[in-house]
Amino acid sequence: MKLIKYIFAGILFGIIMVKSEAVSWFRIQEMFRFQSFHMYGIIGTAVIFGVLAVFLIKKFNIKDASGQPIVLYDKDKQYKKYIIGGTIFGLGWALTGACPGPMFVNLGYGYLAMAIVIFGALVGTYLYGLLRNKLPH
Amino acid sequence: MIDFIKQPWPWYLSGLMISAIMIILLYWGKAFGFSSNLRTLCTMVGAGKKVKFFDFDWKAQKWNLMFLIGSIIGGYIAANFLSNPADLALSTATIADLSALGISFNGSLNPDELFSISALSEPKTWILLLIGGLLVGFGTRYAGGCTSGHAISGLSNLQLPSLVAVVGFFIGGLVMTHFILPYIL
Repeated sequence: MKLIKYIFAGILFGIIMVKSEAVSWFRIQEMFRFQSFHMYGIIGTAVIFGVLAVFLIKKFNIKDASGQPIVLYDKDKQYKKYIIGGTIFGLGWALTGACPGPMFVNLGYGYLAMAIVIFGALVGTYLYGLLRNKLPH
Repeated sequence: MIDFIKQPWPWYLSGLMISAIMIILLYWGKAFGFSSNLRTLCTMVGAGKKVKFFDFDWKAQKWNLMFLIGSIIGGYIAANFLSNPADLALSTATIADLSALGISFNGSLNPDELFSISALSEPKTWILLLIGGLLVGFGTRYAGGCTSGHAISGLSNLQLPSLVAVVGFFIGGLVMTHFILPYIL
């Protein structure tokens, strides 16, 4: 089972999300009210180490586990979708306190009401697919 | 060791560990981006028959679904074996602001007013959670990624599009928090 390692990575991710309290609706509210450094510290640290890691991967052409070069794709430059889609995402993030990962972590934690949020997110994803050609990108 | 893990982690350790997840996935030849799973799940239940956007070979995304399953298990493990009895250290200003909106803070991760089983007897709770989820699902696919794909993976790769998306996340979050939540909570 080559896929089992991804379950372990997911377990680690779930534990990190809980212990960092990034899955907390309260912490997201605190962030959007600028009343604590906590969430900014988490995201900022993750980005700083991430930038460093990506820089080193590119500089030394580091290979992945299967010996292939690690490739990081550039995002396409259609900016309308990033700002409009991002804003819609942000509205939902502040309302539910959960981005897609934490929705599932919260469900495992025992917040069963999060299943409603997940259902809503699936419907939202479907609606995007349905309306995609009519939306500005 | 276990006592150390059980405490709430300081922000710098949390941030370091999140970047470690991204690096592990890169080392395994994958890109850290959680919201793709929502599209995959739509495809798995047959959305590809009607809508072209969902007509793709979802089997290449199996690894990410495993990651999703792991994240549920991780949440369960953290709740049952690694929890800490102390209250979440929420800022007093946030507690006061939310209390004015009718949301009480009892030290747990999420408010009972929105996420307890008893709150589900109110139709309003269902509507708020459904609409919130809908906005996240629609917005994340529209923007081509969520917090993991843009704020972590994208910014780490110095992608301007991801910075624009993150600015969008904050515009939406600030509008909801300061101009909409006071009227709907």
